Amino acid sequence: MSARVVRRDVVVARLDDLRERERIVVDVEGTELGVYFYADEVRAWYNVCPHQGGPVCQGKMMPRTVQLVRGEGGLKSGGPGFHPTDRNIVCPWHGFEFDVLTGKHPADHSVGLRPVPVRVDGDDIVVTI
Amino acid sequence: MTDLFTPRSDAPHIRELAEIGGRSDTRDVLAHATKQARDDYDDYFIVDIDAHVSEDHFWGEVLDLIDNDVWRQIGMDQFGKFAGNNALLNIQPGMSHQSVGGRIGHQGRKEPMAGEEGHPFVTAARRGMDAMGLDYQVVFPSAMLLLGMHPQDEVEVVLGRAFNRWLTEVILPPNPRLKGMLYLPYNTPEVCEELVEKYADNDGIIGYTVCSTRNNPVHSDVYTRLYKLIEDSGKPLAFHSGYHWGDPSFAQLNRFLSMHALSFTHYNQIHVTNWIINAMPERFPKIKMVWVESGLAWIPFLMQRLDHEVLMRPSEAPGLKRLPSEYMKEMWYTTQPMERTNMELLEATMKSFNAETQLLYSSDWPHWDWDAPSTITRLPFLSEQAKRNILGLNAARVFNLPTDRQKPPAEQVLQDRPGIS
Repeated sequence: MSARVVRRDVVVARLDDLRERERIVVDVEGTELGVYFYADEVRAWYNVCPHQGGPVCQGKMMPRTVQLVRGEGGLKSGGPGFHPTDRNIVCPWHGFEFDVLTGKHPADHSVGLRPVPVRVDGDDIVVTI
Repeated sequence: MTDLFTPRSDAPHIRELAEIGGRSDTRDVLAHATKQARDDYDDYFIVDIDAHVSEDHFWGEVLDLIDNDVWRQIGMDQFGKFAGNNALLNIQPGMSHQSVGGRIGHQGRKEPMAGEEGHPFVTAARRGMDAMGLDYQVVFPSAMLLLGMHPQDEVEVVLGRAFNRWLTEVILPPNPRLKGMLYLPYNTPEVCEELVEKYADNDGIIGYTVCSTRNNPVHSDVYTRLYKLIEDSGKPLAFHSGYHWGDPSFAQLNRFLSMHALSFTHYNQIHVTNWIINAMPERFPKIKMVWVESGLAWIPFLMQRLDHEVLMRPSEAPGLKRLPSEYMKEMWYTTQPMERTNMELLEATMKSFNAETQLLYSSDWPHWDWDAPSTITRLPFLSEQAKRNILGLNAARVFNLPTDRQKPPAEQVLQDRPGIS
C-alpha cells in the first residue's frame, strides 16, 4: 500500500494586505509558511531554515549586503554597502540569509529555502500545501 | 494570536505568526526546537552544560553585592550615570557585533515577564530549558567572560566574589534544574583557593570555571594549591574560551566573523598546550578538565600537532609518559559551536577524541551561534547510545547529576504556548 499525499489550495492572505505588509507568516493547521510580495512578485517559502530548522520567515527582511569597490579599475575595497534592490530573508535563529525571490543563500546557491506553490487568484493569495 | 479572515466555509484554521525580535518570548523563538524535541528526543535525558542567560541584564544586582565599599560605590556610580550594564567591566560596547546589525534579536534580548512570579533570569532560563527539552542547564558568566583581561586584578576579584554570591543566593536556589560554575578570579590565585573552599559543598555549584580569555600560563606553580583543592573536591574545572579583539594576535582582523572564528580556539589551544606539555595530567591526574565553547575542529588538529612535535623533541616535554593525544582523549569537550559543513570531517573529528564518552552537549543559548539538541540527534553517523551520551549521560557522569527526568513533555510545552510572538 502506498501513501497518497493530498494537496489542497488554501487562501492565506489578501493581495492588498500582502502588498502593504510585504510579508505574512501563517500556520495552516501545522504547516508554517511565509508569503512575500516584493518587486511586484509573490513568493511563498516554508518557515523552516535548512540550517537548523529555525523559523526563517519570522526573521527580518534586509537589503542584501554587498562588497563595494572603488578606484584603480574597481579593485580597491569600498567597504560594505546595501544592494539597492535585492532583499534577503534573515533567519532569526542564526542569521542565515536567503534571497526573497530565489530563496538561495548568497554564498552557497546549493543551500536554499523550500518553495510553496503560490498564485494570485483575484484578490486572494492562494498556496498549495 | 490572530485568526486571519478566510472567505471559504471549508477553509482550514489559519494562525498568523509574528516577527521574532529582541522582545519575543523565549518559547516563541524556540517553538521549532520544541517541535524537534517532541518529534526526535523527548525521552532523552539532556544536560546543557553551557548557557548564558546573561547576568549583565541584572548587573545592578551584582554590583550591589560587591563586598568592598569603594568598588561598590564606583560601580553603582558608573551604573547609574554612563556605563549601565557595563559598569566596571572591560567589554567594549562598540566592538559588540553579535546581533549582526540587529538581524539576530535573541542576542541581547529583553523579554517581557509580565504576570510571572520570581526572578526574571530564572523565568527566562526555565522557558529556554522547557522549550529546548533540557533537564538541566549550567549557566556561565557572559559579560564577565573577558574579565581575565581586565588591567585591574582587584576589579576581577570583587566582581567574581559578587557574581558567585548572586549566583548561589539569588539565581540557583529557585530552580534545581539550574546549575552553576563558580567564577575563579584566576589573576589572584589565593582568592580562587578561598572561593573553592567556601563553595565546595554548595549543591548548585557543580564545577569551577576559568574564563579563559587571559594571558595566565595555566601550568604556573602559583596554582598548585588551587588545583589540589579542585582535585580533592571531585568537581570539574572548565575553561570557557572567549574572544578579545584587543589581543595583538587579532589586530589584523577586520571583521567580527574572522575574529570570532579564530579567537575562541586560540585561547583553548594555548591553555591545552600548556596543560599537556607541562605534564599537568600527570601531576593532577584526578582533575576533570572540561574545555568549553570552541567547537570541535581544533581538537584533532592540536592532537596531531602536539604528537608530532613531542615525538621529535621529547626532551622539552620530559614529564609526559604518553603522547599528548592520549591525554587529550581523557579530557572533556563541549559541542558548541559544532562545525557541521562536512560530515566526513566531523565524524573523523568525533572519533579522534572518543566523542561518545568525552563530548558534552552545550547550547550556548541565547548567544547568536547557539546549537539546539537536534544538532546531535540529527547526525547521521552517531549510534543511538552515542547521541544519548553526548546529550546528557556523559555530563551526568562528569558532574554527578541524577538522570531522572526533570523536564515537562514537549507536547505540553507546545500546548501551553504554541509559538506565537
